Amino acid sequence: MADQTPKNFQDRVERNIFAMILATAFVVSIAGIVEIVPLFYLKSTVDYTEKTDKYGNVKNEKFPELVWERTFTEQDGKVVSDKRLYYKKADGTWGSDWKQGDGVRPHTPLEFAGRDIYIREGCYICHSQMIRPFRDERERYGHFSLATESMYDRPFQWGSKRTGPDLARVGGKYSDEWHVMHLLRPQDLVPESVMPAYPWLAENSVDNYFFGLTRNMKARMTALRRVGVPYTDEEIELAQEHIEGKTEMDAIVAYMQVLGTMVKLDDSKVYRE
Amino acid sequence: MTKPQYDDGVVKYLTVLAVVFLVLGTLMGTFAASQLAWPALNFDIAEITFARLRVMHTNTVIFAFGGMTLMATAFYTVQRTNGIKLFSNKLAWITAVLFTVGLLLGVITLSMGMTQGKEYHELIWPLDIAVALVWVLYTFNFVMTIASRNKETHSHVYVSNWFFLGMMIMITYLYVVNGLAIPVSLFTSYSIFSGVQDAMIQWWWGHNAVGFFLTAGFLGIMYYFVPKQAQRPVYSYRLSVIHFWALMFGYVWLGAHHLQYTALPDWTGSLGAVISLAMIIPSWGGALNGMLTLSGAWDRLRTDYILRFLIMALAFYAMATFEGPVMAAKTVNALSHYTDWTIGHVHSGALGWVAMVSIGAIYHMVMKLWKTEMYSMRLINFHFWLATIGTVLYIVAMWVSGIMQGLMWRAYDEYGMLAYTFAESVAAMHPYYVMRAVGGVLFTSGAVVMLYNIVMTIKMAKARQTSTVAANA
Repeated sequence: MADQTPKNFQDRVERNIFAMILATAFVVSIAGIVEIVPLFYLKSTVDYTEKTDKYGNVKNEKFPELVWERTFTEQDGKVVSDKRLYYKKADGTWGSDWKQGDGVRPHTPLEFAGRDIYIREGCYICHSQMIRPFRDERERYGHFSLATESMYDRPFQWGSKRTGPDLARVGGKYSDEWHVMHLLRPQDLVPESVMPAYPWLAENSVDNYFFGLTRNMKARMTALRRVGVPYTDEEIELAQEHIEGKTEMDAIVAYMQVLGTMVKLDDSKVYRE
Repeated sequence: MTKPQYDDGVVKYLTVLAVVFLVLGTLMGTFAASQLAWPALNFDIAEITFARLRVMHTNTVIFAFGGMTLMATAFYTVQRTNGIKLFSNKLAWITAVLFTVGLLLGVITLSMGMTQGKEYHELIWPLDIAVALVWVLYTFNFVMTIASRNKETHSHVYVSNWFFLGMMIMITYLYVVNGLAIPVSLFTSYSIFSGVQDAMIQWWWGHNAVGFFLTAGFLGIMYYFVPKQAQRPVYSYRLSVIHFWALMFGYVWLGAHHLQYTALPDWTGSLGAVISLAMIIPSWGGALNGMLTLSGAWDRLRTDYILRFLIMALAFYAMATFEGPVMAAKTVNALSHYTDWTIGHVHSGALGWVAMVSIGAIYHMVMKLWKTEMYSMRLINFHFWLATIGTVLYIVAMWVSGIMQGLMWRAYDEYGMLAYTFAESVAAMHPYYVMRAVGGVLFTSGAVVMLYNIVMTIKMAKARQTSTVAANA
């Protein structure tokens, strides 16, 4: 017959499964509280980029070049802004008040659809988007990546493996035509490559979602706005039209061409200690 | 004295499926490895391009093979260490069947490119919720079984159960938090976290899928099956207590070491690296605790092929838990991160530790569950050598290719220019990718031998049962 009085803490939890659950649940929580919780409120985590209100206005007083600042306000129950991420011109083409190097901004619907396809094909399995602060990486890929540059990425696309090269700053390095040919037949351009070919991207319309459903950009961008990616109501209204008539290839190329081109980083500044 | 009867039907189901998924999962892995050696094997078919197949492979081996093994062994051991039947046999069956359906749908949707895009947490949100539900049901049944034990005969909860329990609690916590997302359609959702915080939460999950799912859970297996197979008590109770609490406390910190030198703040990565180093102590304590259980019975390794699997698993566990902290050290990580070395490290843990300890436990369970000897002991020995040589080939290939990649990327020529283009580093990997594929073929063949051996064993046991029944009648 076992002794009825527990000798010590360990003896007590071994006799009572619920005490053991509580003790374990407590012990496993400590690391998350110390390591993860501070990342949500320490300003240095995201290079001092701050969200200032519920509309998603952002500012960065220390490094103003990092983010594209535009002012969102509410008018008649609609979110409007002084600058437009994209708008339809009179001649039917698309324009934007943002220029390359103006700072980090959310993706346009076409880039965003391209990003969804990038994730669908699992590109992040072989390509990182996170340049480390080493001399060789700087020469190969460019300035090291900053947290602000992925602040709108859900999920993040930093990757963990470079079976292929890093893509964090691939935007503008090759022409659109190069990307198309490369995605269709990688070994034609890079004989050593082990990348699969993606011929279906050129055939599929980007409107098409699984089972012939429509890729609903409006719903997607509304959901993103709910979690803090700022778009105006007008932009969300135009979202579906923005991808009209495009193929998956157009979308993924648009996404790749914007990677790393949003911010013009100042080489004389120390962004991270 | 009559022996208590156990609910073994569901354990049998899970055990056989685990072996089937081991074959399928390693087959996918071997094919994916071959695609990197010979990219023409992608055949321009979207469903089996490397990246999609790789995700199907990881989900099949981790969640289908690993998950089924963990369920089978937990249901098997919790009954035997507490001397009672499962709290609810019906619930266990619901859990097992729901899990099977969820996993099959998971593999199909992943092949179609439906994914959340987070490594090792890819299942789309409806399946994600289903799997989380399965996990909670599994945990509930396990805990309630322990709670309803007879406290007169079984006053203390046995050590294997602590490890299973620790895994269940932590995995619930990690899986739910990392899976928080906003759905936009049945197949698509976006993480509620973004950028740097999302990265940290992902790797807090990612490393603890390894630390809890693939380590704590399988240590639960080790703490039951090694002493049983060796017919010796666990070497040291005190060491198990230290092993358990140090593992529970320490492992959770390690995720940050996946993000060294990234945009994650330096303090977080450094903290992860320091605790990673400290984790050598409990890990080796646990490995020694398992190995020294054989004290006085080492000669049995010569004759007991199942014990060989279990002890080889502990050797790989010790090796991988030494390699891990080394790779977490910042200077080493600067070289090893993004290279094949990481893949090699994962596989020394996954093939060497997780698969070997599972295989040992499964052989042991099959004999007990069907109350029979194995169809062929020699085939177990053959499987042992296929698995061991396959694993060694795999990890050696990845060590060489990983370190070579890292060195080529950072090499400079005499003029101070980068010595190699990226494409040159890819070309240099080819022989090692071939070598890895060969390792994969060996390991997969071993799994096929195992499946054959188990199917024949069950057939043999059933035939004997029928003849006994006939003889008695």
